[in-house]
Amino acid sequence: MTSLNYDNIDDIVEAITSGREILNEVGAPLRITKLDRRQFLKMTGAVGGGLMLSFSAPKAFASKNASTFQPNGYVKIDESGIVLYAKNPEIGQGVKTSLPMIVAEELDANWEDVTVEQSSIDQAAYGMQFAGGSTAIPMNWMALRRAGATARSMLVEAAAKRWNVSVDSLATESSQVIHASSGRHAMYLELANEAAAVDVPNADTVTLKDAKDFRILGKRVTGVDNDGLVRGEPLFGIDQTVPGMKYAVFQKCDAIGGDVKSANLDEIKGMPGIHDAFVLEGNGSVRELLPGVAIVADSTWAAIKAKRALKIEWEETDASTDSWSHAMNEAERLRHESGPRVVDNGNVDTAFETSVKQASGFYRYAFASHAQLEPQNCTASFKDGKLELWAPTQTPGSAIMSAAKIVGIQPTNVTLHQKRCGGGFGRRLYNDFVCEAAAIAKRVGVPVKLQWTREDDMAYDWYRAGGFHQMHGSVDENGKISGWRDRFITFTNDGNRPVSGGGISPSVFPGGLLENVRVEQTALEWKNRCAAWRAPGSNVFAFVVGSFLHELAHTAGRDHLDVLLEVLGEPRQMGPRGMHTGRAAGVVKLAAEKAGWGRDLEPGRGMGVAFYYSHAGHIAEVADVSVSDDKKVKVHKVTVAADVGPIVNLSGAENQVQGSVIDGLSTMFNLAVSFENGRVQQNNFDKYSMLRMPSAPDIDVHFVKSDYAPTGLGEPAFPPLAPAVYNAIFEATGLRARTMPISEEGFSLA
Amino acid sequence: MNIKINGETKDLGDLDSQTPLLWVLRDELNLVGTKYGCGISQCGACTILVDNVAVKSCSYPVASVGNAEVTTIEGLAGLNGELNAVQKAWVDLDVAQCGYCQSGQVMAAEALLRENPNPSDEEIDQAMATNICRCGTYVRIREAIKTAATQLATEAGGDAR
Repeated sequence: MTSLNYDNIDDIVEAITSGREILNEVGAPLRITKLDRRQFLKMTGAVGGGLMLSFSAPKAFASKNASTFQPNGYVKIDESGIVLYAKNPEIGQGVKTSLPMIVAEELDANWEDVTVEQSSIDQAAYGMQFAGGSTAIPMNWMALRRAGATARSMLVEAAAKRWNVSVDSLATESSQVIHASSGRHAMYLELANEAAAVDVPNADTVTLKDAKDFRILGKRVTGVDNDGLVRGEPLFGIDQTVPGMKYAVFQKCDAIGGDVKSANLDEIKGMPGIHDAFVLEGNGSVRELLPGVAIVADSTWAAIKAKRALKIEWEETDASTDSWSHAMNEAERLRHESGPRVVDNGNVDTAFETSVKQASGFYRYAFASHAQLEPQNCTASFKDGKLELWAPTQTPGSAIMSAAKIVGIQPTNVTLHQKRCGGGFGRRLYNDFVCEAAAIAKRVGVPVKLQWTREDDMAYDWYRAGGFHQMHGSVDENGKISGWRDRFITFTNDGNRPVSGGGISPSVFPGGLLENVRVEQTALEWKNRCAAWRAPGSNVFAFVVGSFLHELAHTAGRDHLDVLLEVLGEPRQMGPRGMHTGRAAGVVKLAAEKAGWGRDLEPGRGMGVAFYYSHAGHIAEVADVSVSDDKKVKVHKVTVAADVGPIVNLSGAENQVQGSVIDGLSTMFNLAVSFENGRVQQNNFDKYSMLRMPSAPDIDVHFVKSDYAPTGLGEPAFPPLAPAVYNAIFEATGLRARTMPISEEGFSLA
Repeated sequence: MNIKINGETKDLGDLDSQTPLLWVLRDELNLVGTKYGCGISQCGACTILVDNVAVKSCSYPVASVGNAEVTTIEGLAGLNGELNAVQKAWVDLDVAQCGYCQSGQVMAAEALLRENPNPSDEEIDQAMATNICRCGTYVRIREAIKTAATQLATEAGGDAR
């Protein structure tokens, strides 16, 4: 009897990915909250191994070598050069470049003089190390500035001692300390020896630069791995090799919850190049080890061929029977019934009764797969009671904890090497592939590289949940939105809480800004795993609310831009984690102005606007589209205005926005996975059609250079894209599409 | 079985001749710049050149290579390590996000420019439609190809467009 276990790591991942739990290291203007102590202990305990350490001040490093200057985990200087350590997993969001840029800025090093290396996993040195929730910049901004400034101040002190001058008479620039009055200068490399002997100051007391003196931050910097990428260097998890390594594949039941009854193991073991084949029992946790058949071979191809020859009889008594068509029927029934209320502000019923006009619409979005381009893989070596892992994971700390449990050792006996990730998008928050590699490596006693096929990757994803919203709204005699009701139908794995990414927040836009609001939430039973997918929750809610706002504007006979600005209202801060309506209006106006909002367009052409706040980012997007009679949509241009505070790496920031727009278009037009009899019906890219270059529009990106502390950009530019394009399609055609992907309503990208 | 690759001849021993070239490159020759994405010629992460033509190595049996010359991402830079025009444009324009598809994108672009040194926007779009970038770097890939074409034309003493 297998029961699926969704344990409390969901809470932690939810906290990480929701973008709400950004630690307050950043100072006044940005209102981000501290975790309460209970959450803090929970997160550090689960993610990092139970050590209770400060997030802010990097621990002073004892230099192992007297000639090496290493004041903290981020900076190492010796005569061979300046090395900066990148602490978090690189999944394409650019942190391996942007985080060290912050250190280099305060160190006052020439960027060209710096070498960046991926750090080890070390909570004492780095605090939490993960990729999720667009949190790397806000969580590390001050700590990294202080780390760089600490090193700088020690180098200055070393020079002051050498020249017997006051610290105040010295300046730094371009990786050197300068004594202007005497014309003396010394390269950091030359001072490393002496700096290593200086006492490490309290990081909270070191002097930080004024933003106007920044030389690196805000500039365009090309990614530190770009040279290696275009040479084909082995940077990714999948590229890892270790001596004596075998190649493994693992076949699980395509309906989650299924168990192995029997398998043709003898036949498989007799195939050429096969080292071993065996059944692995699951450990009861869907996020760690599901049951299946492992094959270990001399090459990936031999393993894949043997996997195709597998004949497994599955015990499916407790396996998933999830069905998307059944869920759609259920939703069709439930949309006519009121559900449990998540929010009930003002009096919606009265607002509807006294309104002059009303509108309603039934919105639906499909499940979606992460489809990160590098299929899951992990290399593992288990020897003498110690486990070594090379893993492309977004949560290395959590991977260590889970893998230790799987092989039955203490987490301190696990070493994990962070590998570049070929995309993440939330999929690699979960380490099932790491657990499988660890279990297989322990069993066979030689190092193995576990390789999922693309078919595995799509069959065993943690999907973005589908959902349904019966929307109803009203406008009063002034054309103002007077009532708003969202009857949301989502999914639950445990019969209680909505799946990760499928729970609506009471503050979901624009509810917090309206007087009479009701949000209801009903959950359908579901067994397949669902989780964070780029901008969880926001990635679907923005489509619904951003489209329905436009429906109400149209109902009122008003310009959408005017209604949007009216809803945002006076500039104010909406609660400790909420948006600032002034920043919101700022980006809405900027995007509209840059896009030429309001200009005359030829028939069949339209512009749509949408705003969404997520992951502390305020983003507005305007889409300019033409639609042909046969519903072919040409997206001419998408104009984006973003307020995420100061920009760290202008090139990286623009790239994230451009990519979010493309990802948004790809998802809203074509991406859906469906389930029947518990199984995903789309098993490779021929049935999951991501956007290709001919459909990529021009993308015009504008950043508002506000004085707020910087926040992340991996996610917040994704949500506004879909509603902007849906609204533009309506303006062009008068057709209101309420299904995502929109291909299910006959629209396609030209 | 022998194979000509990046200017060298490699002995593959008695390898199964139906093995996709992708896995020969990655597992036998340790040329891991060529990536596995889908295994069914859909994403282009495994793109390499066979006699200057872009080929999806995941679906190309090693036996099909015959006497042809295979070029992978590792074979593009000059002997002194200098990046070629396409590689250089990719770095200068900071094209990559996760970077996983980019060796395939670079090889597809290389094949395009070897065949058509001065492609129009539409020709670029059509040639590159074989390759998926999950991160959505298409705008930059387009620019990088144009930059590389200009660079190559300058080197050749001609006019880019």
